[in-house]
Amino acid sequence: MKKGDSDRTRRDFIDGAIRCAGGAGLLLMVGASTARATPESMLAAMKKVIGDAAPRKGKVKLELPPLVENGNSVTTMVSVESPMTAENYVKSIHVFNEKNPQPNVIGVRLGPRAGRATFSTRIRLADSQKIIAIAEMSDGSFWSDETDVIVTMAACVEVL
Amino acid sequence: MPRSLINVPAKAKRGEVIEIKTLISHDMESGYRPDSTGKTIPRNIINLFLASYNGVEIFRAELHPAIAANPFLSFTTIATESGRIDFTWTGDNDFSATETAQIIVE
Repeated sequence: MKKGDSDRTRRDFIDGAIRCAGGAGLLLMVGASTARATPESMLAAMKKVIGDAAPRKGKVKLELPPLVENGNSVTTMVSVESPMTAENYVKSIHVFNEKNPQPNVIGVRLGPRAGRATFSTRIRLADSQKIIAIAEMSDGSFWSDETDVIVTMAACVEVL
Repeated sequence: MPRSLINVPAKAKRGEVIEIKTLISHDMESGYRPDSTGKTIPRNIINLFLASYNGVEIFRAELHPAIAANPFLSFTTIATESGRIDFTWTGDNDFSATETAQIIVE
């Protein structure tokens, strides 16, 4: 029986969801500690990027939908308040998560030639969790923003 | 060859901030998914994206497995002069793709 993507049935979906759950279980058996990032590993990943500096809240705006139906592709936009002149600009922006297999999501490097300190992309979310964006300014200061996202269907670890 | 899609305005005023959108076809295999036999599929992702404007780097992104398949990125730059904007994606298994857009600045 040949089946295209277009005529996927409800049964296919349920089968997929069950296999998905099975896959998650398998991962847990292998070892929960390696399967997921944790708030602690996120802090460790953040420390690698920002060192001992403490990011202040503000200037950064991290935009994600508050409720996500499908964690496989979530539109994410970060913008930072900055004049983006040669003396005062955003050097880099990093995004972290708490509960994906790895705490890092993306790190971008920009400069005064960007004109505006903003970028957007699409990310995977394995669970409902907190996402953090940190911006490094040209003066060496760090600013951050965080958003809680609820994911109803997680980015699946199983092949569908 | 992976398919990519670039959106750069063909014309811009000098000093104008333009938005650039890029999309490339790639599975971004995270390295955490088991196949049907339970073996983990090895990681195969694009981990670096670079954009340069007449040879000068204007934007760089380090991608991790948490980036969705077919990575999409949009960012901005100031239209300084006519010329070319080059895009490069590199990743696991010697993945490499390039794309070029032309821009006329008036």
